[in-house]
Amino acid sequence: MGRYVARRLLQMIPVFIGTTLLIFLMVHILPGDPIRAMWGDKAADPAQVEALRHKFGLDQSLPMQYINYMKDLFQLDFGETFGGRPVWDEMSRAFPVTIRLTIVAMAIEMVVGLSLGAWAGLKAGKAPDTGVLIFTLVVISIPVFILGYVARFIFADTLHWVAPNVEDSMDITQLFLPGFVLAMLSMAYVARLTRTTFAENLRADYMRTALAKGLPRRRIVGVHLLRNSLIPVVTFLGTDVGGFIGGAVVTEGIFNVQGVGNLLYRALQQREGSTIVGVVTVFVLIILVINLIVDLLYAVLDPRIRYA
Amino acid sequence: MRGAKSAKWVAGAAIIALAATACGGGDSDSGKDMNSGKADPNGILTAQLSEPQNPLQPANAKESQGSRVLRAIFAGLVDYEPGTGKLTYVNAESVTPNADSSVWTVKLKPGWKFHDGTPVTAKSYVDSWNWSANVKNNQTNSSWFQDIKGYSDVHPDKGDPKKTEMEGLKVVDENSFTISLTGSVSYFAYKLGYDVWSPLPESFFKDPKAAGQKPIGNGPYKFVSWDHNKMIKVRKFDGYQGPNKAKNGGIDFKNYTTAEAAYSALRSDQLDWIEQVPVTALKNYKQDLGDRAIDQEYSAVQSIVPAFYTKQFKNINPKVIQGLSMAIDRDTITKTVLNGTRTPADSYVARGVLGYKPGALGDIVKYDPAKAKALIKEGGGVPGDKISIQFNADQPHKAWVDAVCNSIRQATGVECVGDSKPDFATDLNARDGKKVKSMYRGGWVLDYPVNSNFMRDLYGTTAAGNTSGYSNKAFDELASKADKAKTLDETVKMYQEAEQLLAKDMPSIPLWFYKVNSGQSKNVFGKIVYGQDGDPIFTDVQVKSKK
Amino acid sequence: MPDMTKDQSIKDAGVDVAVTVDETPANPVAESTGKPRGLWGDAWFDLRHRPMFWISASLLALLLVIAAFPGLFTGADPRAGDLTNHYLQKPELGHFFQADWFGYDVQGRSIYARVIYGTRASILVGVGVTVAITIVGGLLGLLSGYFGGWLDAIISRVTDIFFGLPFLLGTMVVLNAFAERKVYVVIAALAFLGWTSICRVMRASVITAKQADYVTAARALGAGTGRMLFRHVLPNALAPTIVVATIALGGFISAEATLSYLGLGLADPTISWGIDIASGSEEIRNNVHVLLFPAGMLSLTVFAFIMLGDAVRDALDPKLR
Repeated sequence: MGRYVARRLLQMIPVFIGTTLLIFLMVHILPGDPIRAMWGDKAADPAQVEALRHKFGLDQSLPMQYINYMKDLFQLDFGETFGGRPVWDEMSRAFPVTIRLTIVAMAIEMVVGLSLGAWAGLKAGKAPDTGVLIFTLVVISIPVFILGYVARFIFADTLHWVAPNVEDSMDITQLFLPGFVLAMLSMAYVARLTRTTFAENLRADYMRTALAKGLPRRRIVGVHLLRNSLIPVVTFLGTDVGGFIGGAVVTEGIFNVQGVGNLLYRALQQREGSTIVGVVTVFVLIILVINLIVDLLYAVLDPRIRYA
Repeated sequence: MRGAKSAKWVAGAAIIALAATACGGGDSDSGKDMNSGKADPNGILTAQLSEPQNPLQPANAKESQGSRVLRAIFAGLVDYEPGTGKLTYVNAESVTPNADSSVWTVKLKPGWKFHDGTPVTAKSYVDSWNWSANVKNNQTNSSWFQDIKGYSDVHPDKGDPKKTEMEGLKVVDENSFTISLTGSVSYFAYKLGYDVWSPLPESFFKDPKAAGQKPIGNGPYKFVSWDHNKMIKVRKFDGYQGPNKAKNGGIDFKNYTTAEAAYSALRSDQLDWIEQVPVTALKNYKQDLGDRAIDQEYSAVQSIVPAFYTKQFKNINPKVIQGLSMAIDRDTITKTVLNGTRTPADSYVARGVLGYKPGALGDIVKYDPAKAKALIKEGGGVPGDKISIQFNADQPHKAWVDAVCNSIRQATGVECVGDSKPDFATDLNARDGKKVKSMYRGGWVLDYPVNSNFMRDLYGTTAAGNTSGYSNKAFDELASKADKAKTLDETVKMYQEAEQLLAKDMPSIPLWFYKVNSGQSKNVFGKIVYGQDGDPIFTDVQVKSKK
Repeated sequence: MPDMTKDQSIKDAGVDVAVTVDETPANPVAESTGKPRGLWGDAWFDLRHRPMFWISASLLALLLVIAAFPGLFTGADPRAGDLTNHYLQKPELGHFFQADWFGYDVQGRSIYARVIYGTRASILVGVGVTVAITIVGGLLGLLSGYFGGWLDAIISRVTDIFFGLPFLLGTMVVLNAFAERKVYVVIAALAFLGWTSICRVMRASVITAKQADYVTAARALGAGTGRMLFRHVLPNALAPTIVVATIALGGFISAEATLSYLGLGLADPTISWGIDIASGSEEIRNNVHVLLFPAGMLSLTVFAFIMLGDAVRDALDPKLR
């Protein structure tokens, strides 16, 4: 177990270097000169553009830029934005917000998705099951920007249950609506996953054994069935956390959440390499840790799984 | 533009009327009427603002967001009267040219103070401009100082600056200085209204970087705090001596991720002013907001520009471009697809700018399919019988580009498609790199309200704003003659002649003038008045007393 | 949904297991008795008796015909806009198969004509991306799951990196590598980031399948690696991949809408549901019909593919016989 964890942790080093290099190259490939773009429709002064390129080290060759970036990074310096502010500062404002949003979305997804799925699974073939299927279809075929708009129109503008916007991104109670919208698609997947594993495991041998032993139905469903149905769901939830942290551009935009998605979107539009590389690198590290946790959780949920 | 003026009047009259009566009227529900209640001179206004890209240094705000804050914190020498675009003095007592407009003398109003208590002197201006023009200080607006003699010393095309001071700037005494230009510019005083010409206090030069985070200015508001990506707070500066003293207690500039989010906040009165109504609400905002809706033109023009370096347009007969222009049904498109957010353009120069002549382009901007077809035929047709219009998709341009293309295709049979670039940076890259395939979307917001800004700076052969490769010798000659004219009136007249020249040669197809479609919350007393650049005059906005 | 009673697990969706031991019983009967009907024969036999299969298959057939011959279904020009007479005209639901059946959009174009003509590009994107990611992701997952060890470590960590790439950055890079915004370019962009989930699913089910008794038996009998992979492991690990792929297919059609929304999707003169959903979203408050019909067609297609996927999966799952 310990060796396994150590090995996985060691793998993070090449992944870290690979990611930074890849993102670095990708940002470089994108057309559009970030310095020139500062002038917009108006004409840029070539001498000033040159001076600014020099200031941000953009006049150096790409390998040199990468080496310089990595040098700084080893001193935990993520570089500066074009506005002259440390990228670390920008990130330390955005990541806590997104992590809060992720927690809210995960909670909603787990509670609603699991219960819907369990309900449908126990009543397979009946009305609840069909309802969950229709819900899945609807959610999959509506893009999130429409979903977000409709959700706000209904819950905030019409019913006035929640405030339409997040005024303080750090206040977790305000993140309910964006969290809900963010969780919708995954909720559909979780519900279907839970439903199928439930329906499948209902026929498993150990269930028959438990029933034969005369255990109460509640215990059978709550302990035996649930625990044995959780592995695929946990896997999905694990990949989902990653999706929430990185893929919330649209949802964050609609609800005025000042999180990572928003930061990344702005950085992309401004071609701010230092911010993009910094955010994505931290993000990939988070994904690695989560995947490791998920893998370890398997062993908890299923004692047959052992790590060498 | 008369609208703007009269709105100000109405607001003024309402204040007087209401001051006499006891403040009646309830709050939330009957608060629909924006003129009911009483203004609170210390009320705080909340306004939308995206995170400024650069530090808050006067010459470092290339985008409107940083500019909005700077204009609150700094006061310049002159400003423009909303509606007419006429020059008014702010910190200057006078700005006077010599006989050929090549040397300008500035006299300051005495006794002005920066927010830190230090006096605003001639030196504050000269030092500020010298610092901002210096290429090493990396100010994005440094080229604004290029008319001044000695600019190339502090801002050479290549290498390090030779000097730190421009020889053209001379302090005469505490409150006056002179500006010598490299040539005659009859409308130089008009340029001085832009925020880059603000003065800077001594403390700035000790640590410009820190000052960019915590600016100290001489304007109607003093800076309080900047919580990045969230809010910038400014409060009324009691020691302000200018004509535009703040009528509110201060402004909280709040950041919203999208226009949608800001609009929602406005409707729930969490935000008092939004920049722009989101596209989804354009059909409804007037119902949603009633008379709190703001719908006002400002001086900016949108056009489509042929890339003259392409094979297609290299030696094109201007008649073809005139024909394309006449194939666009501007009236219908602005009314339908654009939801009345623009008004059809009838000249190269936007309305509200000195020298704007209604109907300057005559029939060329009128929709006439038959004539359009005939003109294109006469001019030898569109090479390849196909055009595309490049635009950036991160702004809502697609709908009108599609509509313009449909109009052209149906009127003339010339195939037309939109060529979308994902964001502005990509769009600009293709334009600067001369890689536009056929035509591109062009937009121009005034820098200063004189018609030369809409012509010389865009269509002059060497103009930096000319990215289409357009060149017309006759126009260049006329423009340089106009710049050297003795008086501003003459300059403006000659540029009007130049506009007729352009109409025959068609460097671009003007489409429409921009409008601000915005709104104000129930907390605002009276209607918000706008300047010519499409931004509100914040100092005039009044906040309702909450009692 | 009568056959929903049957198990239609997508249980392994996204399973990134280092080691999972799920005792999937092998299919020893089909493997060893040497009956003429193999796995696929079994599946086909099973499928023929499922009404849901026939419903979804005929729906898909209809969509394919529309995609191939849109001219058969409407005479209206999907690109001709008339702002003066038809700007945002409401639908005439009684006028079957006529230009104004579904109303007109913000450019005064017939929505019915656009929905019909948009079928081809949308289905091409959905099917194209799905095929691409199934081949690439499936192959990588198969190798990674079967061989394990350092190969697995490399492929898994590369998957992690790609998973971490921002959607926007990845698609922008790919789209900019091509001069034109054609269907195949959009397919490439979506597939560039889309293969990771299939890879994980395949890897997980291969790990499960390779531990099955019949695989061990085949190995003991001296089967070569190629034969092992493609005759024994792959067929038994394919089911979850198929299910995930069919769900993902719909997701990709709507992802094209998100791309269009961000200005990265297909472009005029191509017509697609995604383009119309993106531009129709602006009218969501006032003229919902502009959005409803392209989105409805998308839902219908997703429905057909998911149902087909379920039916195929059930037919392939030996446990359910």
